Amino acid sequence: MVKKRVIPCLDVAGGRVVKGVRFEHLRDMGDPVELATRYSELGADELVFLDITATLEDRGPLLDLVDRAAAELLIPFTVGGGVRSVDDGLALLRAGADKVALNRAALEEPDLLSRLADAFGSQAVVCAIDARAGEVVTHAGRNPRGRDAVDWARDAVEHGAGELLVTSIDADGTRDGYDLELTGSIADAVPVPVIASGGAGCARHLAEAYEAGADAALIASIVHERPERLPELKRELAEDGWPIRT
Amino acid sequence: MRVAVADYGAGNLRSLCAALSRAGAEPFVATEAGEVREAPLAAVAGVGHLANAAAGLALSGVDEALRDRVQYERPVLGICVGMQLLFEGSDEGGTGLGLLAGRVTRLEAVRVPHMGWNTLVVRNDSALLTGLDGADVYFAHSYAARPADTDVVTAEVEHGGPVVAAVEEGAVAGVQFHPERSGPVGARLLANALAWSRSV
Repeated sequence: MVKKRVIPCLDVAGGRVVKGVRFEHLRDMGDPVELATRYSELGADELVFLDITATLEDRGPLLDLVDRAAAELLIPFTVGGGVRSVDDGLALLRAGADKVALNRAALEEPDLLSRLADAFGSQAVVCAIDARAGEVVTHAGRNPRGRDAVDWARDAVEHGAGELLVTSIDADGTRDGYDLELTGSIADAVPVPVIASGGAGCARHLAEAYEAGADAALIASIVHERPERLPELKRELAEDGWPIRT
Repeated sequence: MRVAVADYGAGNLRSLCAALSRAGAEPFVATEAGEVREAPLAAVAGVGHLANAAAGLALSGVDEALRDRVQYERPVLGICVGMQLLFEGSDEGGTGLGLLAGRVTRLEAVRVPHMGWNTLVVRNDSALLTGLDGADVYFAHSYAARPADTDVVTAEVEHGGPVVAAVEEGAVAGVQFHPERSGPVGARLLANALAWSRSV
């Protein structure tokens, strides 16, 4: 039986890990591959690198990072953030990313998902969906798109997405738990794995997301503060009876 | 040991080469039939559609080189789509190398792709899988091999029924999972593969 996954997410800008509040006051947290290796050693099942740089004229540092991560990491990783075109996606996959995540660009042009899936297979294509009260939002939640999240999830899978990263934009950073209604309704509607994102505060929250139908749970602030929390979380989930890689 | 990692122009071979280096091998990306034919071990990796991979291998003549190897009992290791290529063909389209009897069909499970860590159940004695029974390895695939002869199946995992995770027959071996992405367990598989290829 396939294990439920715990996936730390690292925000990167200019090839470095950063931490900030609502994309402002960014603090340099170190080298992404070093931090990723640390998480890998602590039992991360997979990793997500999210490029939060607003403008992406210069993707050089990100591609360098992907190239190094491909060689040095022993676990799979997804790269997302600012993937606007098939060429962006292909560049990241060719540089060694196991998967690429598309968000707004896929919403505006779903065919991007198909074209990447044709080249690298669906298993390499993640569609990231940000939502508020069941509606798709973009631009960190500032722009409601008038599209039902479940409807878009189905459509994205039809177009070739092999996995969905579903973020509740209001729960993000609260540590109050994932949006279980959103996670559950999307997991019920599609046949591909779903990663719950936004709101993780404790092991119970991850268990709730799995219970709702998620295959994986994204975590960020709770482990960035104290990486040793990661093996503790996994142990608590395993003790709770969830199939977890230990 | 030099390991020819066959390149058919799709996908990134950096992580596999790095993992093979860590296991003590000297991997090199091979684009020509001659270098694939001669190396002590040849590996075929890949992602995506079998048809693309098969077409890429045929273009460079590497497909014939791999068949020649097996005829002379020189080891070939297929990884992920590279393992699927060892069979006759895929329901997704495309003709395989035909080194093993059977076809590749779409997975039937609640969640496809089969994505994540799953537990190996070793079915047949295999030097390749020494120490790996019950270990978790990483999968990411929507299609899976269905060998005509189940004796070639050395390991399975459970995902909507048994899924073939590893095969072996003489000088031909394959794994459906990604050893280069399966942590220390994957590293063990690659080290085993190097030892196996010396003994074939």
